[in-house]
Amino acid sequence: MTTSDDGLVVRGVTKQYPGTRALHDVDVHVGPGECVALLGENGAGKSTLAGIIAGITQPTEGTMLWHGEPFAPASPSDSIAAGVGLIHQEMRLLPDLSVAENVLVGRWPTRSGGWVSRGQMRARAQEKLEQLGFTQSMDVPVRTLSVAGQQQVEIAKALMLDAKLLILDEPTAALGAHETEALFERIHLLKADGVSFIYVSHRLAEIRQIADRIVVLRDGEKVAEHATADVPQDQLIKEMVGRSVDRLFPEVRPPADRVVLEVESLSSPTGRFRDISFEVRAGEVFGIAGIVGAGRTELVRAITGADPSHGTVRVDGAEVRRHSVQGAIKAGMVMIPEDRKGQGVIVPDTIQDNVVIANLDRIAPGGWLAPRKARQTAAHAVERFGVKGKPEHLVSSLSGGNQQKVVLAKWLERGPKVVILDEPTRGIDVGARASIYDVITELSRAGVAIVVVSSDLDEVLGLSHRVMVLSRGTDRGVLERDEAEAARVIELATT
Amino acid sequence: MAQTLAGTSAAPGAPTRPGNPWVARARAAFTGTGGALLGLIVIVVVFSLASPYFFTGRNLLNIVDQITVLGILAIGGTAVIITGGIDLSVGSVLALSTMVLGYLAHDGGQPMWVAMIVSVLVGAAAGALNGIAITLAKLPPFIATLAMMSIARGLANLITNGQQIIGYPVWFDDLSSNRMAGFLSVTVIVLIVLYVAGWAFLRYRSTGRALYAIGGSDEVARLAGINVKRITALVYVAAGALAAVAGIVLASRLDSSQPTAGTGYELDVIAAVVIGGASLTGGVGRLTGTLVGVLIIGVLRNGLNLLGVSPFLQSIMIGVVIAGAVMADVLRRRKA
Repeated sequence: MTTSDDGLVVRGVTKQYPGTRALHDVDVHVGPGECVALLGENGAGKSTLAGIIAGITQPTEGTMLWHGEPFAPASPSDSIAAGVGLIHQEMRLLPDLSVAENVLVGRWPTRSGGWVSRGQMRARAQEKLEQLGFTQSMDVPVRTLSVAGQQQVEIAKALMLDAKLLILDEPTAALGAHETEALFERIHLLKADGVSFIYVSHRLAEIRQIADRIVVLRDGEKVAEHATADVPQDQLIKEMVGRSVDRLFPEVRPPADRVVLEVESLSSPTGRFRDISFEVRAGEVFGIAGIVGAGRTELVRAITGADPSHGTVRVDGAEVRRHSVQGAIKAGMVMIPEDRKGQGVIVPDTIQDNVVIANLDRIAPGGWLAPRKARQTAAHAVERFGVKGKPEHLVSSLSGGNQQKVVLAKWLERGPKVVILDEPTRGIDVGARASIYDVITELSRAGVAIVVVSSDLDEVLGLSHRVMVLSRGTDRGVLERDEAEAARVIELATT
Repeated sequence: MAQTLAGTSAAPGAPTRPGNPWVARARAAFTGTGGALLGLIVIVVVFSLASPYFFTGRNLLNIVDQITVLGILAIGGTAVIITGGIDLSVGSVLALSTMVLGYLAHDGGQPMWVAMIVSVLVGAAAGALNGIAITLAKLPPFIATLAMMSIARGLANLITNGQQIIGYPVWFDDLSSNRMAGFLSVTVIVLIVLYVAGWAFLRYRSTGRALYAIGGSDEVARLAGINVKRITALVYVAAGALAAVAGIVLASRLDSSQPTAGTGYELDVIAAVVIGGASLTGGVGRLTGTLVGVLIIGVLRNGLNLLGVSPFLQSIMIGVVIAGAVMADVLRRRKA
């Protein structure tokens, strides 16, 4: 047993964001040589807690101790200097530089006189990477590696830090069984040297294999802590899901029989998803669930032509040209993207400009903008979707919820046959959320075929007639509304 | 032309086989220059066949003399572009430095070596202002150096109210015209030394490697403990100082200093660096590639002049080469 002063002690940490509370009064202790797993649904606060320990975000309340000393990192460099390293879920690599250089960036081995020794650089990178089961050349640019290879480079880079505490955020999301095994072996060896780990993952089987203790978070609170990893899977799932579904969701009506959207054996050229087929009928809400990195966003981007793919997509029986956004729009298919500010709205423009840009073919016949028609269309959209603002207001002045309504408005003004929503309520408060659900239900009543991708299980389950569960890019099964329960979905998504 | 050639060139970063280490090293130095080196060879062959005067010792020496100024500027340009920045002010800073040199040597009555040192310091100071504007005032590099381009040009003209300064000591002019051992002038030696030093710096110094990291992702560089702001600012200081050295070389070649000197050079620099395989988005670029790019521009100008092609037509052809070279590069990278 270790005393409570050893290792990392997190006490009463709370993180308040405008409108939402990401963490509330969380205590965690990680002793030397210990591996603590953080478990929870998407949005439970795992990444926020990891970010606070790694110095990426600062807590609103609470304190941390690191080897008995107060620890309040203001930046990632502070944490790294203290021996705390984070392996981020999104990879942070230099795509044009070699594998060796990426592993040792900023700490290049030098000879006397300060000259960088490329031989030593290669040797040291190779040593770390071979321990992880990486077999490729040290000299190729990182952008030529597979996602798994890039993840190994990212892990090797963090191991180079000689950290005393490593936070691994979904480290195996892109790894195969063999590479995962090699990683676990490293973790065991490092633990024997006294290195501590915080292991964030959705994969229950993995956590039971690697963790010494398990902390379960739900809605930003610690709901359970287990002194061993030997906890039945059912129990963990129950603790993660826990609550009853909020009655936010309007009543769901049965869909018509007419099939509107058909997706047939669609595969990504990069292997992010494979052989996906499904149909969506008029008025049906089809949910796509899965953990982060399962290939959900990649799938819907490919369906709407934003990314290349192999396979067939039909709308009302007519084949849609692949890898053509214009073709998809012409076929009556629109997408409300996950990355609102990057892909959904043009933030520095006005509401009207944003609505106009998606409807140019109707507002500007022959290429000339009809100002009166533009104003009318924008005003109609604002009214119909209850955007809190006037057409001439800048999108940058709106809240997240209202920005999302602008995205909905600009596309729905077209009267689409298929609407695909990727994380429609991410970062949106409960009030605006309900009105977005109302819009979705209204579309369903109007006979539109709807696809909803969401990390929020309640949302997918509450809205959808059927739910498809994706895991590592493959279809793990389609559940009917009455058999789609949170526990069942999590089981499919994490095994 | 460059396009089809690039298809047959070796992939960048291809692992070198063991064997003669110097051959391997030389090959490593020029991989990544890709199609540009082959393009240069083709251009040289074509001109050699088209004109009997082209492939003569005297003309080749002429080409080397003609590229010294652009070549020196392009060293700084390469470093700046690797960090993902751009420097539009180097032509104007060159003019300012050469005017400071002339003013101090003539009106100021200073010895040449004092004038030369002050000239380089002025260039470095202009670069430092660029660096401060970019890292502290957070101006985009394009805007900061565009402003400096205008300011330095104005200052260059202000010194003599737009007049040129003619006449330097004979020994100073000899630096560019007196060929030791039959071919090496001092200015060419300076060019060679700067290229070797710059190449070693970019490849084998921590600071040099940091430039690539910053250009690839300044966030990754920052998290790796690299002082991104300081190093970024210093790159512009180096570019300014190198522009001043180029200004001194130009003064020696012309036996005069002109406030209009270097007009448009900033674009030639960018063209040479980009032809050499660097990416304007940063993180990619090699000095060996830049040298090839500089030679392509120099050889094209020289060869087309020998053939009596009008300067207007030359301009068109150089434009086509720039577009072709970058297109070949993009296609090759997509395949990789």
